[in-house]
Amino acid sequence: MSGHVAPVRRPLITGHKTYHQITEDICRPTETAPSLSWVITFIISVMLLGLFVFSVAWTIWVGIGSWNLNRTINWGWDITNFVWWVGIGHAGTLISAILLLFRQKWRTGVNRAAEAMTIFAVMCAGQFPLIHMGRLWLAIFIFPYPNTRGPLWVNFNSPLLWDVFAISTYFTVSLLFWYAGLVPDLATVRDRAVGLRKKIYSIVSFGWNGSAKHWQRWESLSLILAGLATPLVLSVHTIVSFDFATSVIPGWHTTIFPPYFVAGAIFSGFAMVLTLMLIARKVLHLEDYITIEHIESMNKVILLTGSIVGVAYLTELFIAWYSGYIYEQFAFLNRVLGPYYWSYIGMMLCNVLSPQIFWSKRLRTSLFWTFFMSIFINIGMWFERFVIIATTLARDYLPSSWSYYVPTWVEICIFIGTLGLFFTLFLLFTRVAPVVAIAEVKSILKTAGDQYIGPKALAHAHANGHHKHGGNIPAEVNDMQAGGTVDIDGENDKPLD
Amino acid sequence: MATIRTEPTVGDAATGTDSGAYRHATDRTILFGLYDDEQKLLEAVRAANADHLEIDDVYTPFPVHGLDPLLGLEESRLHVAGFVFGSIGCLFGFGFMTWVFTRDWPIIFGGKPYWSVPAFIPITFELTVLFAAVGMVVVFYIINGLGPGAEPRRLHDRITDDKFCIAFDVTESSDGEVSNLRDYFNRTGVETIHEKIVAA
Repeated sequence: MSGHVAPVRRPLITGHKTYHQITEDICRPTETAPSLSWVITFIISVMLLGLFVFSVAWTIWVGIGSWNLNRTINWGWDITNFVWWVGIGHAGTLISAILLLFRQKWRTGVNRAAEAMTIFAVMCAGQFPLIHMGRLWLAIFIFPYPNTRGPLWVNFNSPLLWDVFAISTYFTVSLLFWYAGLVPDLATVRDRAVGLRKKIYSIVSFGWNGSAKHWQRWESLSLILAGLATPLVLSVHTIVSFDFATSVIPGWHTTIFPPYFVAGAIFSGFAMVLTLMLIARKVLHLEDYITIEHIESMNKVILLTGSIVGVAYLTELFIAWYSGYIYEQFAFLNRVLGPYYWSYIGMMLCNVLSPQIFWSKRLRTSLFWTFFMSIFINIGMWFERFVIIATTLARDYLPSSWSYYVPTWVEICIFIGTLGLFFTLFLLFTRVAPVVAIAEVKSILKTAGDQYIGPKALAHAHANGHHKHGGNIPAEVNDMQAGGTVDIDGENDKPLD
Repeated sequence: MATIRTEPTVGDAATGTDSGAYRHATDRTILFGLYDDEQKLLEAVRAANADHLEIDDVYTPFPVHGLDPLLGLEESRLHVAGFVFGSIGCLFGFGFMTWVFTRDWPIIFGGKPYWSVPAFIPITFELTVLFAAVGMVVVFYIINGLGPGAEPRRLHDRITDDKFCIAFDVTESSDGEVSNLRDYFNRTGVETIHEKIVAA
């Protein structure tokens, strides 16, 4: 992914890394004993996972009656959490696929962890449709398979079934994409390991040996999978929004839902990536690979998507008024001023107003504010889904059916439990696989390393586009002007395929 | 023009041994040099082409752009596999739903026609992507000879770290040819030269 380097670009890899140092730095977390903070976090996560198992078992044993859903509000925390998790699961594929197509080099520092996060988030999301069926063992009924009931097929015209196909396809493709990228890096870990570890990594790295033809096919595969995953990622949340948009419930029946859901998904996904990466870079000492430059780029995406979401909220209100349709008007008036007004305020505050602080470069390059905002946005996006689902259902056509919904402890524990599932998987991932894509970071070193570009670049690196290993960088050479560019080799500029 | 062999060598102790372990008749002797930079590697491959040396394969820690044309590698045709599998998924998805709702068990949903094409589009799209992606990934691993337990030729542990390797097959080479290759390596700024016996 080499190419022209714009003069305004800053280094994405700092600390004058050599290829070998990159390998050392990124493989280290998988090779050393876990730190105390990791162990404590892991224990807490596993306990939360236990809470999840317990409350799901409780739900199945007692029945869905253990939740506070009622005839009016028949979707509550379950579907809210489902949509929230699926939304979070969008950033990984966005970073790895769309940013690959756009040749954004900063994606190499964060794509691996973001894709892992995607996979784990989709796993968390998948729990809710399964649990809310009540009779979990009948979940196979959602798949079309030859059967003796007629044969009676599933309803292919239903958005809920489209969701089954969308989520399972998304999960499968994300997993394959992630693993294909992981294979060369697992081979790197293998070649450094000894004994049993070497045996295990030999199996999981599929015998990768770095042959030129393999790399060529690997790049071709990555590019085409990115091309396939890009419309896929947009389709998934579009289809999730169809669950609501194709119904005839005022407040749900809106054509703006697909783009608005997709923007919201990217928004919340990036927030979760930032939450995880800010912790991971600190704990795993990856500050040289996940730099302020990466964080600022993600904050810019957050600012953009947050503003799109804000425009969507206002458009909804305007269209409700403009439609002249009283049920639609009431639905939105109820959203803003009804019994759940507090969740609407929370949503507006967290999602629309607060991200605007990122217009300031000082704030979007501040670790504290970025972390603070990432948590804020995660909460705000949860409120958004709750606003759409619960407040809309709470006031339906028949005032005699109007209702109010608060979750039971079971519903709350299931949600907190999925956080345990998510963090348990993520923490395990940081121990067994390279958290940053080693090969991809190496491939951008000469166009994004701080000894080649930026204010600290070294002149001799420029001269022949090559840099000697072993840290023998002449200390006196620092005469290159800031913001210089490096183009290693004219031949490298053409696209992958 | 250098020729490249990419036949995988599955299911064998590919790493071989440096010393005189038992040797199969099909074993190959590989002479390889490790370079510490991709620019040196590219220069060395150019020099090999100029000298008409037959490179067996090149191994790198990351994809080195500009290497493929020098080695005479044809563009990958993986996208053809993606297109074929995607087309199968598309036709299968659409055809199956059509069969279910027009032949096997026609049901009217919401007063729509049995064959309600717009409603079939989301699932057709998802199956197209699913088939294309899964098919392509499977083809990728098969043609590369990669998979759990696969043991293709692995020459040196630093190749997945920071060394760039050019390998020559010297099984049938004379001593003169081997020393010629060693000269070539030294001339092109190699860091270390190794010889290894590997399974074919």
